[in-house]
Amino acid sequence: MSRDTAAPVDRTDTTDAVEADAVGGISAPQQGDPAPTGARALRPVEWLRWLWTNLTSMRTALALLLLLAIAAVPGALLPQRPTQPFEVSSWIEQNPTLGRFYDSIGFFDVYSAPWFAAIYLLLFISLIGCIVPRTRVYLRALRARPPRTPRNLGRLPAAATATADEAVADVLERARVELRRQRFRVDVREDSVAAERGYLREAGNLVFHLSLVVLLVGLAWGALAGYRANVVVPVGQGFANTITSYDDITSGGRFDPESLAPFALTVDRFTAEFETGPVQQGAARVFEADLTVTEEPGAAPYPFRLEVNKPLAVGGTDVHLIQHGYAPRVTVTDGDGNTSFSGVVPFLPQDGNFTSAGAIKAWDSRPEQLAFQGFFLPTAVVDEQGPRSVFPDAFEPQLFLNAWYGPPREENGVPENVYSLDVTGLTQITSADGDPFRIRLEPGQTVELPDGRGSITMDGWERWVKLQISRTPGLGLTLGAVVAAVTGLCLSLFVRPRRIWVRARREDGRTLVEVGGLDRADARTGLDEQVDELAGTLGTREDEASRQAQGAGRGTTGDESSPRRAEEHDGGRDDGGERD
Amino acid sequence: MDFAEVSNTAMVMAAVVYLFAAIAHAGEWSAAQGLDQRERRTSPARELVGAGGPGVVEHPDAADPKVERAWLRVEKLGRSGVALTVVAFAVHAVAVVTRGLAADRFPWGNMYEFVSTSLLFVVAVHLVLVLRAGQRWLGLLTTMLATVGLGLAVTVFYVDVAPLVPSLHSTWFLFHIVAAAVSGAAFNVGALASILYLVKARAERRGEVRGYLARLPSAKAIDLLAYRAHAFAFPLWTFTIAAGAIWAQYAWGRFWGWDPKETMSLVTWVLYAVYLHARATAGWRGTGAAVIALVGVVAYWFNFIGINLLVSGLHSYAGI
Ligand code: HEM
Repeated sequence: MSRDTAAPVDRTDTTDAVEADAVGGISAPQQGDPAPTGARALRPVEWLRWLWTNLTSMRTALALLLLLAIAAVPGALLPQRPTQPFEVSSWIEQNPTLGRFYDSIGFFDVYSAPWFAAIYLLLFISLIGCIVPRTRVYLRALRARPPRTPRNLGRLPAAATATADEAVADVLERARVELRRQRFRVDVREDSVAAERGYLREAGNLVFHLSLVVLLVGLAWGALAGYRANVVVPVGQGFANTITSYDDITSGGRFDPESLAPFALTVDRFTAEFETGPVQQGAARVFEADLTVTEEPGAAPYPFRLEVNKPLAVGGTDVHLIQHGYAPRVTVTDGDGNTSFSGVVPFLPQDGNFTSAGAIKAWDSRPEQLAFQGFFLPTAVVDEQGPRSVFPDAFEPQLFLNAWYGPPREENGVPENVYSLDVTGLTQITSADGDPFRIRLEPGQTVELPDGRGSITMDGWERWVKLQISRTPGLGLTLGAVVAAVTGLCLSLFVRPRRIWVRARREDGRTLVEVGGLDRADARTGLDEQVDELAGTLGTREDEASRQAQGAGRGTTGDESSPRRAEEHDGGRDDGGERD
Repeated sequence: MDFAEVSNTAMVMAAVVYLFAAIAHAGEWSAAQGLDQRERRTSPARELVGAGGPGVVEHPDAADPKVERAWLRVEKLGRSGVALTVVAFAVHAVAVVTRGLAADRFPWGNMYEFVSTSLLFVVAVHLVLVLRAGQRWLGLLTTMLATVGLGLAVTVFYVDVAPLVPSLHSTWFLFHIVAAAVSGAAFNVGALASILYLVKARAERRGEVRGYLARLPSAKAIDLLAYRAHAFAFPLWTFTIAAGAIWAQYAWGRFWGWDPKETMSLVTWVLYAVYLHARATAGWRGTGAAVIALVGVVAYWFNFIGINLLVSGLHSYAGI
């Protein structure tokens, strides 16, 4: 925005000027505005220009920002499909009418809803339309000389006079040196000096707004070309970074599956510790996974300790430890007496105490297939609520299962949920009284199924870790934009532009020096002091009291608090003028 | 007594003393009810210095001994309010420090600790204003906020001392939470000033500046203080969100996930951006901006209390 208004402006008006400048100096043909177009209808170009002017106005920016804030709120209060799909379904089930209405207007996926996108896109168009003309104005202001000296310095918000013996030119030279020292940009005219500083404010403001645009570009890039995948790896097993080994993946439209970093890793050990004391019992205290990492085929493997806040970075890809759980180690023997399954089966934690649900599928069992579904409880108790876990660590691990059998079937290649059992076509195994046959196992125990259908052994248990493999390109750009934004913001808010003028003239054999000052923004103090001090440096100050009287007449800077004066009622201190 | 017990006792004591301070300040306001600022200026020295201020004495001898006594009472109540606040602040500081010693870490690992530390900053700002600039007028609202806030902290949010969960073991978390507490304190001071601004500006518009209101600085000066508080807080809040995002990138592998807490932080941020824009927009500056500042602080508190208690998210603070 331009700082080139030459005449001293009342402080409240500066911001009006700012607003007018912010729209590029074109005044919108508003109602009652005797626009050059007169009464005839606007031509399309004019109409577009009118639209553009309004879109890039400060008031529109304000409205759009407010709208953005309001529009983002439903997403904070309602569950969102991308992160909490199950909560969304149950919300809709519980409130069918309202739920379906919310769903139809995108309240369960606010941040990808078209209306949300419309708001921020408009905001960013407005932003760009705002930055470009302001940058142009700013660059012009940078090259311009400090503004012309006003005729009457006494009418500025701060003013002081002094007398000196030296010649006019010498006084002005001293003023120039002094103001230079105070880092003003100074311009010497024939009978006056004009000085200005605080150009960085507007620069900071422009940098801030520009970085918001860069930030958006960085975010868009990351979302388009990046991906995030999850994989569950039981302790003792490994994982190679290929797209087929992921359990699930979400990626942007420009993600290239060929570009995966070719690393592999094994999970050698996982340590979890939980609070056993009375306060926050069961809260997580330590999670650590010890990995062996091979960055690419043939490279030397190295150990790495993965912790919650310490991801592994390999070739631009991050590996995070995001979840852990238990996997019982079981062996299933089929009706023919052969081992039809042996291994660890990850179970999915259901609550804070790691009551874990899962399914064991021994499809190789003959003559009939066998499958089991149930719970793994790390610290099991059985009470009137039934079996459940009372602590997240494995102090009393037990496995509770029900069993099914069915005729052998062909592998049809349809992916199935590894944590639950689809029982269609299967028959539940029952005990003699007709109730479902219940299996309860501790490590080392075996249970025989009724009717010689086979047996199941719990050999022990393992932990598994869920690793998140992700790549977010543009992260550096995004971070850089944030750093630039904060820096620009600080400049914009804390740099305070100020103008000072000094005029000297010969009168009655002495040199009369006038100093005047003007702040271009709110929240600046010390203008009076600086002006007084400068006058004192350049000559002999005039009577304090008469200045005070003048100051009262101007009444622009004199609104110091009355409580302060009230304090002095008792203390009798002197008024120190404005203080921070 | 161990540190934890000292801390708990001190925290309750601080809340009680803040209550007394609030009562003293309320007395200060009500004692000034109906008194006209004009009648109390007696010292002739005032005439010169006070020129230009509101309600300045023209006739020193207009002072009536009864009115003079009434003003003295206002003064006394105000001063005891400040004295009580200083005591409460000291006790409060002891409570926060011993809490940290008891936990053997910085005391901002949960909602209880965060509220009590944040309020300490709020009161500190107020006391700086009192001691450095003789500005006592935020006293009533500040002590009320401290009483209610600490009261909620010790009754609703309280948890015993415990170590941090692993995802909080991070330098970025430290930056994040300190910046959040400090900027939150400044937003709150800004909001208190904005409330007084609205009250005072209304009185000025109606030409009815009486009682304690007459002792407040001009609406314009209050507005300036509110602006400074917000201008200080806003970049810091920006940093808070950025540090939180960096921390999230380390902890969860995504710097932004529209978690309810993240979303409300952004909403708060946008609202304060609206405030800063409003101050530069004709028709919005003044009352409009002050109202938006209050909406901003409501969003801040809602994010802090409402989201924790109503909505579940990834933040370990959730559910106290
Ligand atoms: C993404 C949306 C935006 C955000 C988050 C934002 C944020 C901010 C912030 C925090 C400030 C205060 C810094 C200062 O006072 O210098 C500010 C100032 C400013 N903004 Fe924006 N802004 C946005 C969009 C816009 C748009 C679209 C315009 C164009 C109309 C605009 C014009 C201005 C102007 C002219 C100022 C300076 C006000 C002054 O001098 O006090 N902003 N903005």
